[in-house]
Amino acid sequence: MKIMLVDDSATMRRIQKTQLSGMGVTDVIEAGNGEEAMARLQENMPVDLVLLDWNMPVMDGMTFLKKVRENDSYSKVKIIMCTSESEKPKVVEALKAGANNYLVKPFQPEALKEKLGI
Amino acid sequence: MDVSYVNPFIRATVDTFSTMIGTGAKPGKPHLKTEPYPSHDVSGIIGLSGDAQGSIAISFPRALSFKLVSKMLQTPIKVMGPELTDGIGELANIIAGNAKQHFNGMNLSISLPNVVVGKGHVLGVQKGIPTMVVPFESVLGEFAMEVTLKTK
Repeated sequence: MKIMLVDDSATMRRIQKTQLSGMGVTDVIEAGNGEEAMARLQENMPVDLVLLDWNMPVMDGMTFLKKVRENDSYSKVKIIMCTSESEKPKVVEALKAGANNYLVKPFQPEALKEKLGI
Repeated sequence: MDVSYVNPFIRATVDTFSTMIGTGAKPGKPHLKTEPYPSHDVSGIIGLSGDAQGSIAISFPRALSFKLVSKMLQTPIKVMGPELTDGIGELANIIAGNAKQHFNGMNLSISLPNVVVGKGHVLGVQKGIPTMVVPFESVLGEFAMEVTLKTK
């Protein structure tokens, strides 16, 4: 499984990477904002799944999500929002925009594992 | 400021420490920020906007900030640098983001985090907007939160 971590916090990406490694997922690429993620996605396809933060500089997660879902080339890429945005309207907005699932920070590794279906 | 607005941030801090740091954080009594203002070494600050405006700052002594980020990353952090400030910023971001869900019917947006590093720094106050200070205790050390919030 190849996973892309998209978060402006290097700390959060490192935490996620450690958790994924513990689950046996080591094929991981990273991006610090949505614009960088668009480039990395194109360069690294096929990517199975994106863990996507919402609030990021340059290009935020919602904009990235919509751009990816507009492109049929990425139709098989699963996207899980991984964000501190915890309100129900935000969850609904993300799912309507095409996110496959939603994980609110802070989260235990077990919650991430469950969302990944590992 | 309605002092009950502090409660979501207290709850979010306790939850975040439990989940991300693996330790409890016990809030003390919130009180109005008055002179002499409390001083800190490292502060993560998030701006708040929307139906209410203001900010939340989570502030730590230097040694505690190292302990917290080391715990988050599960690796010792010994240098004051981008790793440390990013970790503190992310902690503030998670606390602020989590608190929002408990403001029923109020639409709030949070900014990207800013982190202030400087031994004994003091956070200024905004004229006309009261700031509540909440002290916290944890097994790793004491820290404080400052909540400044003005409803429209």
